Amino acid sequence: MIARLRSGARQSSTPGFRSALSLLVVALALLLPVGRSFAAPAGQPSPPSAATTHEVSWASDGEANVPYVFHDPADTNHLEGFEFDMVQEIARRLGRSARFVQNDWDGLIPGLQRGMYDMVVDGIEMTPDHVQAALFSRPYYVTGDRIVVRRDRQDLNSFSSLRGHVVGTIKETLAERLLQQESSISVRSYEEETYAFSDLRNGRLDALLLDGPIALYYAGVTDDLVIVGDPIGQTRYGIAFRQGNLALHDAVDRVLGDMMQDGTLQEILGRWNLWTPEMAQMTGDHTQRHVEPTQWLRYRDAMRSQTGWMGLLHRYVGFLPIIGEAAGLTLIVSALAMVLAVSLGLVLALGRHYGPAPVRWGSGFYIEIIRGTPLLIQVLFIFYGLPGLGIKLSPFFAGVLALGLNYAAYEAENYRAGLSSVPRGQMEAAIALNMTHGQALRLVIIPQAFRTVLPVMTNDFIALLKDSSLVSVITLTELTKTYIRLSSTYYDYIGTGLLVGAAYLLLGLPFVRFARYVERRLGKSIMRSEHH
Amino acid sequence: MSLCVKRGDLISIIGPSGCGKSTFLRCLNFLEIPDSGTIRIRDVEIDKLDGQNWNRAQERRAHKLRAHVGMVFQSFNLFPHRTVLDNVMMAPRAVKNASPSEIEPLARSLLAKVGLEGLAARYPATLSGGQQQRAAIARALAMKPAVMLYDEPTSALDPELAEEVLQVMRRLDEEGMTQIVVTHDMRFARAASDRVLYVEGGRIIESGDPEELFAAPEDQRTRRFLRSLL
Repeated sequence: MIARLRSGARQSSTPGFRSALSLLVVALALLLPVGRSFAAPAGQPSPPSAATTHEVSWASDGEANVPYVFHDPADTNHLEGFEFDMVQEIARRLGRSARFVQNDWDGLIPGLQRGMYDMVVDGIEMTPDHVQAALFSRPYYVTGDRIVVRRDRQDLNSFSSLRGHVVGTIKETLAERLLQQESSISVRSYEEETYAFSDLRNGRLDALLLDGPIALYYAGVTDDLVIVGDPIGQTRYGIAFRQGNLALHDAVDRVLGDMMQDGTLQEILGRWNLWTPEMAQMTGDHTQRHVEPTQWLRYRDAMRSQTGWMGLLHRYVGFLPIIGEAAGLTLIVSALAMVLAVSLGLVLALGRHYGPAPVRWGSGFYIEIIRGTPLLIQVLFIFYGLPGLGIKLSPFFAGVLALGLNYAAYEAENYRAGLSSVPRGQMEAAIALNMTHGQALRLVIIPQAFRTVLPVMTNDFIALLKDSSLVSVITLTELTKTYIRLSSTYYDYIGTGLLVGAAYLLLGLPFVRFARYVERRLGKSIMRSEHH
Repeated sequence: MSLCVKRGDLISIIGPSGCGKSTFLRCLNFLEIPDSGTIRIRDVEIDKLDGQNWNRAQERRAHKLRAHVGMVFQSFNLFPHRTVLDNVMMAPRAVKNASPSEIEPLARSLLAKVGLEGLAARYPATLSGGQQQRAAIARALAMKPAVMLYDEPTSALDPELAEEVLQVMRRLDEEGMTQIVVTHDMRFARAASDRVLYVEGGRIIESGDPEELFAAPEDQRTRRFLRSLL
C-alpha cells in the first residue's frame, strides 16, 4: 500500500437524496390511482362533459338552506326543497337526469366558472353584480323581505322602526343592501340563517330582515318568533349558468316558461306554501289551484315532533350512518395526505440536509412559503386557482394534495431535527463500510431519525385529522361539514357536536395507541442505552 | 507525508493531539479528501488529488478503494438500531448483495473470533465498551478488507477492556492482516508494531523499528514527546 499526501483536508460530501426522490415518486404513484377510485363512489363532481347529454349537474348549498334545497329532517340522506322539486321537473322535461353537487354558498359561482357543474340553483338574486358574473335564466321566484322578531318585540314591524336597532340578515342579499343604506341600523350579516336565528333568540339581535321563504320556514315553525309587518322591497331569483352556455340556458328558459304557463310552478310552490300574489303577477298565472301545502306541513311537523328523549334518541341513531360515512372520508383523506406528507417531507429534509446548494435553497424556500401561508388559502388555491393554469383536480385529490403538501413542510422540519440528532459517526461508519450515501441514509441514518421523529409525527397526524375539516370548502362532506349540516338542520349544536367529536376521537385514538406501541418497540435499544 | 506499508505489517502512528495523525488515517479511505498527493491500495490508485475539485468519478474510485479498507473508530459507531449480528451483516448484504443465509455463517464465525459468540442477538447499547469495539472489528472484517485502519481504538476504554480489543488486533496480525493503528497506547505500539511512525505538525518526524524508536529516538521532538508521557 502506498500513501503520499499532504495534510490539510476537506470533508467529503456527495448528494445522497436521489434514493429518497424515488421514494416520493413511488408514494405519489400509489396515491394517484387511489385518489381517483375514491373520488368517484363518494359522489364527488367530475367534469360535466363526462355525460352532458344524459344528465344535467346542478349545485346548491344544501346546508341550512330551508326551504330552497335542504336535507330532509326526517331522513337526512335525502334532499328536498322547492328548488329541488323545480330542478327535478326541469330535468324531466329536458329528458335528462339531474345530478346534485353540494358546494358552499361562497363557492357556488366560482365552481360554475371552473366547470364543476352546469348550473346553480340556490335562491341566487339577479343583482347587477351577479348578472355580470354568470348567465341567468328568466326569474323563477320573486319575493319581498320580511321582518322577524321575538314575540316580545312586535313593535319592530316596519323598516323605519328598525332604526337604532341591531338587525341580522344573510350575506349578499337584497335585505343586506337595504339595511346598509340606513346608517342608523347596525347590520350583522350571516352566511347561514340558522346562526342568525340563534342570535335573535339569544338577544344578540333585535330583529331579522330576510327573504320571504326563509322567514316563513324558520320563524313559522316555532312559537317564540313571529313574522311582522308587510313585505319590504322585491328581489328575483334566477338559475345561473356558465357564461356562453346558451344552449342549456335557452332550453331551461323554455321549460321554465312552460311550467309557468301550465301551472306546474304554482303546484310546486303551492306544496311548499310559497305561492304568493307577487308570483301570480310575475308568471301571469292567476288560476286558483288550491294546492294542499303538504311539504310545508310535513316540514313543520318534523321540526315540532322530534323532541323528548325518544325522539332525540331516534334522531341520533339516524345520524350514525351519515357520521360514519363522513368519518370514513375524513380518515381516508387524512391518511393519504399523511402518506404524501411523510414521503415528500423526507425528500425535502434530505434535500435541505444533504443536497447541493440549489436543492438546499429550493427545499428551504418551499418549507418557508408553505409554513408561512394559511392552509385554507392553499386549499382554495389548488382547487379553484390551478384550473386557471390548466390543472383540474377532483375535490378529493385536491384535498389530499393540499393537506399533504402543507404537512410535508412540517414533516420536513421534523425530519431535519431527527437527522441532526443522529451522530456524525454513524454516516462515517457506514461510508467506511463501503456503503453508498443512499444506502447509509436508508439503512442507518433514516431509521434512527425516524425513531426520534415518530412521536412528533403522531401528533401531527392528529392535527391533520382535524385540519382535514378545511377540505369541506371544496365540496367534500367530511366530519366537520356533516356537523354543520346536521346541527343547522335541527338547531342542535350540542348533541350533534358530541357525536361528531366522539367520531374524531375514535379516529385519532387508535393511531395514538399504535404509535405508542411502535415507539416502545423501536425505543427498546435506545432506552437500554440510557440505563447503561 | 509519504508512507509505504507492506502486506501483513502492523503500523502504529503516534504523536501529540492535533498533530494530524487521525486526519492522515481518515484520508486513507477518503472520509476526508486530501488536498494533494496519491493513494494506492492494492490495485486501486487515486492520484493527482486536488481537494477543491473532488468529482463524481473520483468518488467512484474512492468507493472502489474502500472495498479494500476496514475502519474502526474511537467511539465504535455501531448502529444502535440493529442487533450485533445485523451490524456485522448489514454492509455485506447492502454492498455485496449477499443473501442472509450466505453471510450469516461468516458473520457468526467473525463474532466467535472476537469472542462475542453469545451476544449476536443483543443490541449494541447492552454491551460493554470493549465488547462494542470488538463487534465493530467484526463488522469491518465482514467486508473482507485487505487493510484495517484503527482510529484510537482503545482511547474510550478502561485498561482491562482495552486489553480485550488489543488481543483481537494481535491475533489478526498473526493471521497476516495489514493494520494501521493511530494510538496513544505506547505499550501496545512498542510491543505489537512492525513499525512506528511519530507524527507532529502534519509531518512524519521519525519512523522505524519500535524498539529502536522508543529506546533511542533520533529526533529531539520525538524524544520530547516520549518523555512527556512518562
